Amino acid sequence: MMARLRRIAPSAYIWLFLAAVYFVLPLLATFLFSLRSNQTGKCCTLHSYGWVIHNGDFWHTLKISFVLALETIVICLVLFVPTVYWVHLKVPRLRPVIAFIALVPFVVPPIVMVIGLLNVYRGTPAWFYDKPWGILCAVYVILAFPYMFFALDAGFRSIDVHTLTEASQSLGASWPTTLFKVILPNIRVAALAGSFLALAIVMGEFTIANLAQFHTFPIFLQYVNETQAYPAGAVTLMSFGITWAAMLSLLFVGRGRGARPTLIAGGR
Amino acid sequence: MAYLELKGLERDFGTVKALDGIEISLDQGEFLSLLGPSGCGKTTALRLVAGFDRPDKGSIVVDGKDVTHVSPSKRDMGMVFQAYSLFPNMTASQNVEFGLKIRGRHRGDRHKRVGELLELVGLAQAGDRYPHQLSGGMQQRVALARALAIEPRVLLLDEPLSALDAKVRLQLREEIRRIQLELGITTLYVTHDQEEALSISDHVAVMYSGRIEQMGSPAEMYSSPATPFVAEFIGTMNRLEATVLDGGTGAVEYGGVTLTVNAARDRARGSRVLVLVRPETVELVPANGDGDPNTLVGDVVTQTFLGPVTRLKVLGPGTDLIADVATAKAATLPVGTRVTATVPAEGARLLELSDEEPLPSIPEEPGPSGQ
Repeated sequence: MMARLRRIAPSAYIWLFLAAVYFVLPLLATFLFSLRSNQTGKCCTLHSYGWVIHNGDFWHTLKISFVLALETIVICLVLFVPTVYWVHLKVPRLRPVIAFIALVPFVVPPIVMVIGLLNVYRGTPAWFYDKPWGILCAVYVILAFPYMFFALDAGFRSIDVHTLTEASQSLGASWPTTLFKVILPNIRVAALAGSFLALAIVMGEFTIANLAQFHTFPIFLQYVNETQAYPAGAVTLMSFGITWAAMLSLLFVGRGRGARPTLIAGGR
Repeated sequence: MAYLELKGLERDFGTVKALDGIEISLDQGEFLSLLGPSGCGKTTALRLVAGFDRPDKGSIVVDGKDVTHVSPSKRDMGMVFQAYSLFPNMTASQNVEFGLKIRGRHRGDRHKRVGELLELVGLAQAGDRYPHQLSGGMQQRVALARALAIEPRVLLLDEPLSALDAKVRLQLREEIRRIQLELGITTLYVTHDQEEALSISDHVAVMYSGRIEQMGSPAEMYSSPATPFVAEFIGTMNRLEATVLDGGTGAVEYGGVTLTVNAARDRARGSRVLVLVRPETVELVPANGDGDPNTLVGDVVTQTFLGPVTRLKVLGPGTDLIADVATAKAATLPVGTRVTATVPAEGARLLELSDEEPLPSIPEEPGPSGQ
C-alpha cells in the first residue's frame, strides 16, 4: 500500500525534467557565457567575475540598493505592522478597503507612478528630493505596500489576534508589550516574507531609479549589460545569487526555536 | 460587604440589548456561574468585568473600588478564554511566567511560582513544551495556571471547557473547582452547560435576554425554579399547562384529568398555571384500569437508556410526560405498554401564567466545534 502511494508516475519525471531544463538551462547558459574572455571571447576564465568584484561601482551601487532596501523594510514594518494589527483588531470592515488600495501599485504603470510622484514631491527639501534615501525610498515603500500588506494580512489571519491581545492585556501587558512580545513574534515569518519581497523589489527596480536619475544596483546592471557582454553575465548571476541568499536567510530565520511557524500565503 | 458587585449593568449593541440591569453580588472566595443559552449576555457580562468592554450604564466594584473605567491591564483579573489562548511563541512555562515578568517579579520568584502552578494543574513535566505540542485539555490547564500566576482578584472563566471532549471536560471542571477552593479565589464562570454549572458552583445565575432570571444555590435552582424559563433550562422538567379548579384542595385540571398539587392551594379558581414536575418524581406502573387519584394514563412511546435510569416518554389522550425510572424497572415497561403515571402532590412546583404569556423557548446552543 505504502509502496503504491510512494510510486511516482513516469510522466511526473518528464515534467520535472522539463521544469528543471526551463529554469536551469538559462542559468547554465549565462554561466558559460560569463566564463568567456572579454578579449578573445573564448572559454574559460573567471576574468568577468574578477572585473565585477574589482569594480567600485558594483559595490557602491550594491550598497545604495541594500541600504535603500533596509530603509524601505524598516519604514514598511513600522507603518504596516501596527496598521494591519489595528485593522484586524478594531476595524476589520476596513480590511477589504485597504486590500483594494494595496492593489493600486499593481494597477498604475511605473512610468505613470514615477511621473506623478516626482511632481508630487517637487518642492520638497533637497535632502529629500535629491537623495535616494528620501524620495526613492518613499516611492519604494509605495511599491512594497501590496507585498508587505498581503504578507502581514496572511500572518494576522493565521493567529487569533483578539484572544491573544485580550489574554496579554488581562495579564497586565500594555499595548506596546502586547505588540512586541505577543503579536510580533507570532507574525515573524509573515513580516520576514514581506521584508524580503520588499528587498527583492528594491534590488530589481529600474524604471523609477532611472527616471529619477539615481545610480542604484539595477542601473549598474543595465549599464554593464549595454557595455560589457561577458561581465554582464557574471553580474546577473551574482545578483541572482544575492537574491537567493536573502531568500534562504528567510527560511533560516523563519524556522524559529520550536514554535509552530506561521503559514504565509504569498511568502516564498 | 460583597467583594464583587455588578450594579445595574446595561449594554446595548445597536438595537440589541445585550445586558439589561444586571445585579450581582459575590463574597470573597465564592464561585458563581453565569448560565444561559447563546446570546443571553453572559459573555458580555464577563467581558465587562474583565474590562474588554465598557457598560452603557451601571458599575463594577471589586473590593470596594469602582473599576468600571479601569483598563483591563490594570484590573488584576485572571482570565481563561473559550478559545485556546496560549501565546504560540512561548513554552508552557514562559506563558505562565508572562504576567509575573510584566509585574517585574524577581527571576527566582518567577521560576518558583511557575513550578508551583504547573504542579497545581498537573503539568509539572510539560513546562518546556510549546502550545502546539499540548492537547486541548493541557492547553486549558496551562491557561488556568497562567491566569492564577498573577494572583488575580477575580478569576474569570469564559466557557473554558467547551472545546474539549466530554471526558476531559468532566475531569478538568473538577480540577477547576478543587483549585478554586484550595486558593479561595473569587470566580466568575460562564457556561451554557447546566450540568457543569450546577456541579461546581456556589451560586448559579441563569440569564435570559440580557437579564438574570434567577440566582441561587444549585439546589435552589434545581428544586425551586422561579420562572418557566429557569424550570426549562435547569435540568429536565415536565411542564403541564393546567387550570386551578379548587384553591382549597389544590385541585387543577390538566388534559381533562383532575390532579392535586399542594402548591396550587390558595390559588384563585380558574387561574392558568404551569405545573412543573421533575421526571424522576413521576411514578410509572402498568395501567390496571382503576382511575387512581393524581394519575395520568398513556402509552410508553420511547425509552432512552441513561445508565442507572431509563427515560420513558408517555403519550396519551391529554398526556405528554417523561419519567425517569430505574433501568431494571424500565425493562418491565417496554415501548407500547399502557401505563399509569402518578404525579406527586408534594414535589410538583407551580408557576402562574398570565393569559397572554407564551411558554419560553430555549435557543439551541452551538456545539464546541461551532464556537
